[in-house]
Amino acid sequence: MILARVVGTVVATRKDPRLEGKKLLILKPISPEGKDESGYVVSVDTVSAGVGERVIAVAGSSARLAEGCKDTPVDNTIIGIVDEVHLD
Amino acid sequence: MYLGRVVGCVWSTIKNQSLTGLRMLVVQPLTPELKNTGKPLICTDSTGAGTGEVIYWVRGKEASFPFGTSEPPVDTTIVGIVDSVHIEQRAVPVLPIPRKAATSRKAKAKPC
Repeated sequence: MILARVVGTVVATRKDPRLEGKKLLILKPISPEGKDESGYVVSVDTVSAGVGERVIAVAGSSARLAEGCKDTPVDNTIIGIVDEVHLD
Repeated sequence: MYLGRVVGCVWSTIKNQSLTGLRMLVVQPLTPELKNTGKPLICTDSTGAGTGEVIYWVRGKEASFPFGTSEPPVDTTIVGIVDSVHIEQRAVPVLPIPRKAATSRKAKAKPC
């Protein structure tokens, strides 16, 4: 799982029917200190996250284990909104 | 499976229901020589590991297996706490992270 910040949304009209009703967000991976890391990823939102929020995203086949994503063509899902990261 | 060291933890209130009660820790991946490698990541914990401990973790769908039939949507999980690592007859001791407070005390103890 990675930490990421929501930086935008994706709108798609023509898509797999199993993706209908799913919110797609653009994520920018961040370090635990909050610094931006390279790359972007499009992720399905299952927790009603908004732009600017820090989230936890899960990748791979585990992404389909999230609520409402069973048997859908999804490989990245937002599964939590981060309250706090504590580094020792 | 990969080696890593726990360096922090993550709090989240709004999350997938099946994640309720699971601890999420920040893990820094390590080489067999226990040197940092790659970017830190978030792992769920099935062992009760604490900050500073060297652990091993799994990646992929197998990461949800330790939690039984609830199958939480996780892709990285801590599945063991490392006691020691042996590489070609050399033993690498697993030491805790030196604390900042401890180093400053040591510095004070040194005579000028």
